[in-house]
Amino acid sequence: MDGSGKWDWDIGKKEIADINKWKETFEWVEEIYSSPDGEKAAAVVKTGEAEFSVCENGTAWENVFDKVWSLRFAPDGRLAGIVSDTGEWTLAVDGETWESRFEFVWNMQFSEAGEGIIAAAQSGRKYLAVVNDTPWENGFADMANLTPSKDGTGAAAAVQTVPFGESEIFKFQEGCYSVAVDGKTWDKNFVNVWEIAFSHDRKHVAAEVRTSLYDYTIAVDGVPWNQVFSSVWKPLFAPNDASVITAPVRIGGAWTLAKNGQAIWDKKFPQLWHHAYSPDGKKIAAIVSPKFGRWTVAVDAELWKLTFGDAVTDAVFSPDGKRVACCGKENGKWTIAFDGNVWGGIFDMAWQPVWSPDSLHVAAKLEKNRHYFIMIDGLPVKKGLEAAWDPIFSPDGKKILLRGIEDGKYFREVLPLK
Amino acid sequence: MGEPAVKIEESKVVADEGLNRGMERLTPEKIEKVIQSVLKSETGSRLKVYVDTCVHCGLCSEACHFYLSNEKNPSFSPAGKVKQTLWEMLKQKGKVSPEFIRRASEIASTECNLCRRCSMYCPFGIDIAYLMLVVRRICHKLGVTPQYIQSTAHSHSATMNQMWVKEDEWIDSLMWQEEEAREEFPNLRIPLDKEGADIFYSVIAPEPKFRAQLIYQAAAIMHKAGLDWTMPSTPGWDNSDMCMYTGDNEVMGRLKKAHFESAMKLRVKRIVMGECGHAFRSVYDMGNRWLTWRMPPVPVTHAIEFYAELFKAGKIKLAKKYEQPVTLHDPCNIVRGRGLHEMARYVVNETCEKFIEMEPNREHNFCCSAGGGVINCGPPFRNKRVEGNKVKAEQLFVAKSKGAKTVIAPCHNCHGGLEDIIHHYGLGMELKFLGDIIYECMEK
Repeated sequence: MDGSGKWDWDIGKKEIADINKWKETFEWVEEIYSSPDGEKAAAVVKTGEAEFSVCENGTAWENVFDKVWSLRFAPDGRLAGIVSDTGEWTLAVDGETWESRFEFVWNMQFSEAGEGIIAAAQSGRKYLAVVNDTPWENGFADMANLTPSKDGTGAAAAVQTVPFGESEIFKFQEGCYSVAVDGKTWDKNFVNVWEIAFSHDRKHVAAEVRTSLYDYTIAVDGVPWNQVFSSVWKPLFAPNDASVITAPVRIGGAWTLAKNGQAIWDKKFPQLWHHAYSPDGKKIAAIVSPKFGRWTVAVDAELWKLTFGDAVTDAVFSPDGKRVACCGKENGKWTIAFDGNVWGGIFDMAWQPVWSPDSLHVAAKLEKNRHYFIMIDGLPVKKGLEAAWDPIFSPDGKKILLRGIEDGKYFREVLPLK
Repeated sequence: MGEPAVKIEESKVVADEGLNRGMERLTPEKIEKVIQSVLKSETGSRLKVYVDTCVHCGLCSEACHFYLSNEKNPSFSPAGKVKQTLWEMLKQKGKVSPEFIRRASEIASTECNLCRRCSMYCPFGIDIAYLMLVVRRICHKLGVTPQYIQSTAHSHSATMNQMWVKEDEWIDSLMWQEEEAREEFPNLRIPLDKEGADIFYSVIAPEPKFRAQLIYQAAAIMHKAGLDWTMPSTPGWDNSDMCMYTGDNEVMGRLKKAHFESAMKLRVKRIVMGECGHAFRSVYDMGNRWLTWRMPPVPVTHAIEFYAELFKAGKIKLAKKYEQPVTLHDPCNIVRGRGLHEMARYVVNETCEKFIEMEPNREHNFCCSAGGGVINCGPPFRNKRVEGNKVKAEQLFVAKSKGAKTVIAPCHNCHGGLEDIIHHYGLGMELKFLGDIIYECMEK
């Protein structure tokens, strides 16, 4: 559940933390992170000789650690980091460590709404996932592509299921990898398993697989599609129908979109990836290369006329599913594009655009000459920040929350939309 | 030197499981089908122009270190290698034997470094390396690739790095180097996953596996230069790419996607890569373009360019210059492939007291004979590789006789190759990366 309705949406600016003072207090202060509601700023800080902690709004956690890294706020506002506590690795969430301990922990991730916190862990050379402090019962010889379920109660990963020596190339090609869902592997092994997707109801899992050195397809709950391709990219389940799985597939040297093994777009492109469903599941957008060296967005196979030469990234549907925005790069400079149009102004960096709940406005964080900007519909609402985070629209779409650092002071500010 | 003799001497057959077992699984039908399919679907005017343009003059021969080092045996000449492989496949319309494919794979993978020196000697500039890559692609599709490099390709596919480095081992290596470096530079950090950093520093997997001191040195240089940099904790950190050399283009693309998307996800301004040649070829030319990025979507700066930039900006101060006389080996992929030779000399002259050129040099330099994936074909082909580069040993010996004691080679594979050559021919020269020299001489 999006809890943003409970946040402070009163118009005005609040100074939350003086980062300059943190730097006077601690030997060093690492990167600053902002809570989604903007009420907290936090950073890893050095508190003593080989001793680290987390400073949250100016106050360090009581616990100190040998090391803290990967500090992040979850979407639900909890602050989590990977910590080494007397030589054992675990997670600390809001200052409290998990009970489970490992030889190493990494790749901390959150579920969409933040209820689930997962991480990869290794103990005794066995690799496993830890979901909300509960480790999988089974460990594996190796693990990759750890993926949380939408609801945060489970995880899936590509795992090595058959032992092989590095030089045993023919054994490798027989298939030594599978997918583990909540620690239990599919019955079938594959040569490779790459990106994984959960269905929205969490009951099904699909993955990119290679069944020989040359045959790529999508496997759903362990069963590969009947069709094979010369390559595939990450599959997705339709939001409202777990029987529909789509993925970019390469046929005859060009890419198109396939549904349950069959091409559903009537066009092929030199490249097609990062497809995304509209929230209602009725439309599909993808980043495509319509010709070598040019990039754009296709919605249901219809291309924008606007193209970029360097890259297109971060395509995102509006809540009503009628509009799409993305980042585009041309001649080394970034901007924001929407519905085939482009904002004026070019930047050194752009972040994924954010749609207003009514789908009428799009906002984004951008950077130029190390100064950060927040822009709405192509116009700056905040300039020259030392640091900034993605803007967030209020649930009624009438206000916007900005988070940034100005003169060494971290602030949150709510502005009305004109 | 005219066209290579029609009768090619029988080569000594090297035992290799990848080639032997791969060959055993072939049928004439499969061979014909795969060759026709690759030629029809994956090649076009480029191949046709090269094949139609070559007048078989053999001028490419004198360019090739294998040819020169093997008593000018025509079977080692570039045109001779094409003649023994692709021309025959074209002439026979794919109707060639399993034994032919085995030999073609061995030639393309272990007797050609794809160094492109021959292209400069060809009156028409034919890219013979491309023709050898077509042969490797065919052999990949037929499942006949040398065992060691195939294992490396498998590692790439399973781990997104070339040395089977597991995800935790990578991070642990970085933390270990950070910890070590803090004894020398108390506030040094190797910032992991720092969003918005200026620099994304990427390396090849042998660094965490065997040459972790290079990560230490890079961190020291970044630290002293006061740069805003990061390294990713997740796959995509390895910029290397042996799949580019086995002909597994699909995994090549997958590797480059992971690499560039790691950088884009962290919103960095550019990728600075360590001293590697083949990885540069992959990120700057082949891998990105297979994905249809005409140029890298995140600018890539090779270590040589990076060091030159640091010295020009005065960001690194030297406490001393490297005293021993040095010579410089120009790596093929960043010199013939990118033209970084003068920049390399600038860095060498900034950091070393005495620089002695080896001859030939710059874009005319001889390959180390390790590149193009040849060293990755492993011990079975080691002797052929080292003995096939006697000219390199002679070149190094001349530099040594002029006083050079240290060879600087700003490329990992060149290091591997030159190390073997120096040892095999008893040259007694020291081998260094530019980073070694900078770290040794900089103010700390």
